[in-house]
Amino acid sequence: MSDIIINDIHAAYGRTAVLFGISLEVREGELVCVMGRNGVGKTTLLNAITGLMGLTGGSISFDGKDISKASASARARMGIGYVPQGHAVFPQLTTRENLQVVNERLGKPDKEALNEVIDLFPALASLMNRPAGLLSGGQAKQLAIARALITRPKILILDEPTEGIQPSIIHQIEDTINDLHKATGMTMLLVEQYVEFALRLADRYAVMDGGRIVDTGDTATAEMDRFASLIAI
Amino acid sequence: METLLEQAFNGLSVGSILLLVAIGLTFTFGQMNVINMAHGELIMIGAYTPYVLQHDFGLAAGLSILLGLFIAFIVAGGVGVAMERGLLSRMVDRPLDTLLVTFGVSLILQQAARDIFGAPNVDVVAPSWLKGSVTLLGVIMPYTRLFIMALVAVIVGGLSVFMARHAEGRRMRAVTQNRDLAAVSGLSPRRVDATTFFLGSGLAGVAGVAVSLIGSIGSQVGSGYIIDAFLVVIVGGLGRMKGTIIAAFALGMLNAYAEFWKNASIGKAIVFMAVIVFLQFRPNGLVSFRTRGLTS
Repeated sequence: MSDIIINDIHAAYGRTAVLFGISLEVREGELVCVMGRNGVGKTTLLNAITGLMGLTGGSISFDGKDISKASASARARMGIGYVPQGHAVFPQLTTRENLQVVNERLGKPDKEALNEVIDLFPALASLMNRPAGLLSGGQAKQLAIARALITRPKILILDEPTEGIQPSIIHQIEDTINDLHKATGMTMLLVEQYVEFALRLADRYAVMDGGRIVDTGDTATAEMDRFASLIAI
Repeated sequence: METLLEQAFNGLSVGSILLLVAIGLTFTFGQMNVINMAHGELIMIGAYTPYVLQHDFGLAAGLSILLGLFIAFIVAGGVGVAMERGLLSRMVDRPLDTLLVTFGVSLILQQAARDIFGAPNVDVVAPSWLKGSVTLLGVIMPYTRLFIMALVAVIVGGLSVFMARHAEGRRMRAVTQNRDLAAVSGLSPRRVDATTFFLGSGLAGVAGVAVSLIGSIGSQVGSGYIIDAFLVVIVGGLGRMKGTIIAAFALGMLNAYAEFWKNASIGKAIVFMAVIVFLQFRPNGLVSFRTRGLTS
């Protein structure tokens, strides 16, 4: 069961509390999108789930195990794949090395997984020897998603995959996420401000404001007007 | 002409020693941002290794040097890892704190060496095959200097291959470039830090064995090299092996010619002046990595 159950979590940067009792469940095979304005705690929530930041209260369980105290690398090895915001690549490693270093993390590299991610993002094939720091925003984003997928995660967490990306690549990323979700039933948690993109992909949504979840529901019955008032800057 | 060549050889020789003492720092300082003031004492541990093998274990001079290279790598690497695990792992991203702590460790290690080996300097007996010299184009080249140059070439070659082709080398580069991304990708930054520190410290130990061949050794043998080692790493560009290599030989050459032109003290002053002027124009060092972003 690759469920993530977030139970009343609190988190803070030093003395500044950022998350106030967030509870959210992402069930196996589901794609849930978290939306909200800038600074409401969306990335902090993902950092708490992936282990980059500790909790000051509450608990997180994955696959039926409490992972609240596990390190970020231990959570990744349990099957939590994370694509952080922005240029999430190792800049001085080539595209190939970015994939290789993660693919061989447990010993023998998985050649099949490498071929699979290149099939998903064919543009990367001609960029294999280029340092990742020299890739464009769109290319780097594709590499970042490929790097997360190469580990065959049980759940894929994406933080604003459309940020600063040209429309054609957004479509490609949307198709890839959609295909993965539909074809393999991969569980996904998406943070996104591009509402139409998020609603097209997600099964369920949660809206955050001020470090709390203020609305949840099924995307099939979501009303755009309601989002406009909750997400508007 | 002969004098010019002679100084060129001296420059290469000084450069290779500088490179040897600095190359470990490219990992611990350049990549991990730890200002390791005890790097000199790791060199000292390496320098005492062939002495102990000769003095306490009665090994022949040649064997003590060759075996000493491996043992010094392991022992200095082990001390480095103990320091990293016990102290520095609690100070990630606090370089100034690492300076203070490692300065303390350096004093403790120096005093320990004085307690164990005594205050006076001691000599490591060079093997017979390192005694003597060869004359080429009128330049006298001592075998010890040629041995150190060959040792440097082997280490640099080996490290380049290791960092570029070995999985652990890739992991080290990944963790030093982005710890958080490495962690969420399933790499263990703490374990990789230990490997990086082991390698950097072990290389200081190897440098110590080489240093023991060119003069007497004592508790402060390493501290004499520490400033030069930091200078080379900074001029080369933090963590950039290619830059470190160029910087070591450039500073070695400059030092040799400046010393020949005036004297040792003025030569040193000229090197420092040149470094200060150089850093005004290239504060990131000789080799820096440019990305499309503004921050790197």
